[in-house]
Amino acid sequence: MGVGFIMLCHTALDRAAAVARHWARAGAPVVVHVDRRVPQDQFAAMQAACADVPAIGFSRRYPCEWGTFGLVRATQAAAERMLAYHPEVRHCFLVSGSCLPLRPLRELQTYLASHPDTDFIESVTTSDVGWTVGGLDTERFTLRFPFSWRRNRRLFDAYTRLQRRLGVRRHIPLGLVPHLGSQWWCLTRRTLSAILNDPNRPVYDRYFRRVWIPDESYFQTLARLHSSRIESRPLTLAKFDHEGKPHVFYDDHLQLLRRSDCFVARKIWSGADRLYDAFLNPLPDASRMAEPSPGKIDRLFAKAAERRRLGRPGLYMQSRFPRAGRENGRTAGPYSVFHGFSPLFENFDAWISKSLGLRAHGHLFAPGRVEFAGGDDVFNGALCNSAALRDYNPRAFLTNLLWSTRGERQCFLLGPADNLGCVPFMAGDSNAQISVVTGAWAVPLSRAQGDFSAIRREAARLQRAEGEMLAALDLPHAKASVRVWTLADFVENPMEAIQAIFDEINPRAPHRLTEVPRMVDLSGLSTFLQQLKNQGMLPTLVGDYASIDDMLSAPPERARPYLVR
Amino acid sequence: MRALERYRLRLRRKRFLWRAFRRRRDLSTVADRTATLAPDAILLFATLRNERVRLPYFLQYYRRLGVSHFLFVDNGSTDGSGDYLSRQDDVSVWRTEASYRKSRFGQDWLTWLLRNHANGRWALTVDLDEFFVYPFCDTRPLRALTDWMDGLGLRAFPAMVLDMYPRGRIDAHPYREGQDPFEILQWFDSGNYVISQNPTYGNLWIQGGPRARCMFADTPAEAPSLNKVPLVKWRRDYAYVNSTHMLLPRSLNQLYDRDGGEMASGCLLHAKFLSVLGEKVTEELDRRQHFAEGREYQRYARALNDDHDLWCRWSEKYVNWRQLEILGLMSKGCWA
Repeated sequence: MGVGFIMLCHTALDRAAAVARHWARAGAPVVVHVDRRVPQDQFAAMQAACADVPAIGFSRRYPCEWGTFGLVRATQAAAERMLAYHPEVRHCFLVSGSCLPLRPLRELQTYLASHPDTDFIESVTTSDVGWTVGGLDTERFTLRFPFSWRRNRRLFDAYTRLQRRLGVRRHIPLGLVPHLGSQWWCLTRRTLSAILNDPNRPVYDRYFRRVWIPDESYFQTLARLHSSRIESRPLTLAKFDHEGKPHVFYDDHLQLLRRSDCFVARKIWSGADRLYDAFLNPLPDASRMAEPSPGKIDRLFAKAAERRRLGRPGLYMQSRFPRAGRENGRTAGPYSVFHGFSPLFENFDAWISKSLGLRAHGHLFAPGRVEFAGGDDVFNGALCNSAALRDYNPRAFLTNLLWSTRGERQCFLLGPADNLGCVPFMAGDSNAQISVVTGAWAVPLSRAQGDFSAIRREAARLQRAEGEMLAALDLPHAKASVRVWTLADFVENPMEAIQAIFDEINPRAPHRLTEVPRMVDLSGLSTFLQQLKNQGMLPTLVGDYASIDDMLSAPPERARPYLVR
Repeated sequence: MRALERYRLRLRRKRFLWRAFRRRRDLSTVADRTATLAPDAILLFATLRNERVRLPYFLQYYRRLGVSHFLFVDNGSTDGSGDYLSRQDDVSVWRTEASYRKSRFGQDWLTWLLRNHANGRWALTVDLDEFFVYPFCDTRPLRALTDWMDGLGLRAFPAMVLDMYPRGRIDAHPYREGQDPFEILQWFDSGNYVISQNPTYGNLWIQGGPRARCMFADTPAEAPSLNKVPLVKWRRDYAYVNSTHMLLPRSLNQLYDRDGGEMASGCLLHAKFLSVLGEKVTEELDRRQHFAEGREYQRYARALNDDHDLWCRWSEKYVNWRQLEILGLMSKGCWA
C-alpha cells in the first residue's frame, strides 16, 4: 500500500473512468472529483462505470473554472476524503482525468516507498520562474482577480490596470512566501494533512480565493510551511506551449512516452486509442527502477515552441509571412552579388564557379531573361526562367531561390541594366555580400558602334540606375556586407579586391588565388570617357579615369603584385 | 476610414448571406440524412458536376480522415453521380439545375448549407479534386486536429493548393475509378510560389506552381490563386468570399504569423491533371460557367492539345506530409 490518487475530471469521463479503474484494480484507492458544470447524466454514467470497484470514491463537486479557486476547493475536498477513508495511503498523487499512467503501479509504489518523507511538488519563488504567461508573476499575489480571464477578459484586464494605477497591494498573510509550480503534485500524508488541518487555513483560503490561478500556488506555497523535504519537481510529465496551454500526446508519441520513464503523463488526447490500450494493458515487463527522464520529450516540445515563435529563417509561406524587420533572417542563407564585374572580365561567372567550386549564376535579373547557372531553363524548386514571372515578384524570386538551395552558397552577377528591384531588400539582409564596381558599364559602351548621342543617353541611364542603387545600399539600416570600388580604383589592383571578397566567402581557404580571370581590353576607355565629358555628361561613377591609362602603360609585373607575393 | 472599411465588409458579408438565402430555392433535396448528426460531427461540403469516376476514392479518403458526414450539391450531373451519392449512408445530397456562375460558382448554395448544418461544427469545404493534408495526418485523425484547435481557440486552418501532375502527357495515364490519383500524379513544384498580402481581406494571396510556370509564364498576374481556408469552425454568420480562398469576417483570414513565427497549416493536394481533365475541359468550355470566362480552362485546353509535359527536372516526387513540411510548403506550428 502507499499511494492514492486524487483525480480531477471535466471532460472525456469515459477515459478518466478507465484510468481510475486501472489504478483501483492494481490496488491504489482513487478519489474522483468531477467538475460541477458537467451534466448530471454524464456524472451518473461515470459513477455507474466505476460502481463495481469499491476503491473508487467520488467527492463533493465544485465548479472548476480555469484560473479560479474552485480547483483548489475541489482538490481539498477530494484530499480530505482520501485521508479520511484510506488510512493506509502514505502518498497522495494529484492527477487529472486526461492523465495516463506510463509505468505499472508497482514501480510507482516502490519508488515512493524509497522516498517515504519526500513531497514531490514543483515549488519555486516568483522571481525564479520565467514561464508565467501574460506578464503576471508577483502581481498574482498582490492584486485581486475577481473576474474570469476566460469569460470576461476585458474586465479582467481593466481591473488589473486599475489596481496598478491605484497602487493597490494586497497584504500577504504572515509567514507565507509565495511559491509557484505545476498544478500536479504528489504529497505525503503528513504534509497534506498538515495543510488541510492548519489552524490558519480559513485565513489562507480567504487570501488565495482572490489570487490568480491559485491551483498553481496554493499547495506549492503551503507545502513550504509544512514539508520537511521537498523535491521541487512534479512526477507528472506535463508540457506547456508558448501560450501556457498544455501539449497533448497522441498515438504517435507512444515510443517517446515509453522511453521517458515518467510515471504519469498529461495531457492525453481522448481519442488516442493506441496509447490507452498500450499503457492500461501493460506487458508483463520486468520491473525497472529507472528515474524519470523526460529529456527527449522536452526537446521535442521545445523545438515545436521555437518553430512557432521564430520560424525558419528565409521562409515565406502560407502561415509565415513576417513584416519588415521581424523576419529573423530575411533569406535562408548567405549569397554573393557581383555588380559591375561582368563587363570587366570574360566569363566571370564561370571563373567564380571554378575558383569557389560552386555554381555561379549569370545575370539573374537581366532584362528579358533569367541566366541560371549553366544556362538551365528551370532551377531548384522548379523556378522558371521566365523573366515575366521573375519581374512579377522579384523579391519572392530571390527568396525562393535561396530557400530551395539552402546549404549551397549562391553567387550571381548584377548590372545597372538589370531589374534592381531587389536591391533595397538585399541591402537590409545580413546574408547578402554585395560587391560593386561602379562605372563598369562604360567598358562595353566604349566599344559600341553607332550613334554617339544614343550611346550617351544609354550611359546616362545606366549611371542614374547605378546611382539609385548605391543610395539604396548606403541606407543607415543596411545590414549587408557591401564593398564599393570605382572602376578606376578597381582596375588598379583587381586581384586584391577579389581576394578580399573570396576571403570573406571562405575564410579558411587553403591558399591564395592563383588563376586570374581574364580582364577585357580597356584601351580606348579613357578616350571614350573624355568624349562623354565633352558631350556634357559627367561620368562621376567611373572615378579618376586618368589613372587607368597609367596602369595600362605600366609594366605587367606592377599590375599583378599578388602573383609575386 | 477603418470603421467605414469594416462596415463595407460587413455589408458585403450580409449580401453573401442574403444571396445564399435567395438561392436556397435552387436546391431540391435528394437525400437528407442530417437530422441525426452529432453536435460535434465533422462535416464536408462540396459541389460537383459529373464526377462519378472520382467519387469512390474521394469518399474513401475523407472517411479515413474521420469526416462524419458529407453534404453535396449536385449541379446537374448526368453520369449517375447523384444516384451513387444518395445510396451512401453518410451522405446528404441536394440537386440543382441552376447556373453555377450565377450562384457565385456554387458558393451561394454551399453558404446556405453551411449556415443550416455547420453552425458550431467543424466544416471542411473542398472541391472533388482536392485532398486535404495536414500535419500528422498519417497518424492523427481530423478530430485530433480540430480538438487541438478548439483547445487553442483557433477557428480556421489554412491549406495551400498544391498542384500535382504526372510525368509525361496528362492523357497518357488513364484514371480508373477508385484508384488513388496520386499513384499517377506523383510530382509537384516545391519552391516557386509567390505571396502578396491582400489588404482588404487580410489574407495572403499565393500564386505559382506548375500552372504559373507552364500556362501563365507570360501573364503571371492571371495565374490562379492557391491560398485556401478549407477547415473552419463554422458560425452561421460566416461566409466564404471567393471559392474558399478567403472568408468574412476578415479576422478569420489572419492565419499567418507576421512576427517571424510559423502557424500551423496544411496543403490541398490538387488532383486536377488526371486523364479525365480532357472531357471536363471540353464540357466546361461549352458551358462557360467558370471564373473569368473560363480563362483557366482555355489554357488547359491549349496545354492538353500541345504535347505538353508539366514535369521538369526539378519537379519533386511526393512522399508524405513531412516532406511538404521540410520543404516549407506547410507547417506544424507548435503542434508536436
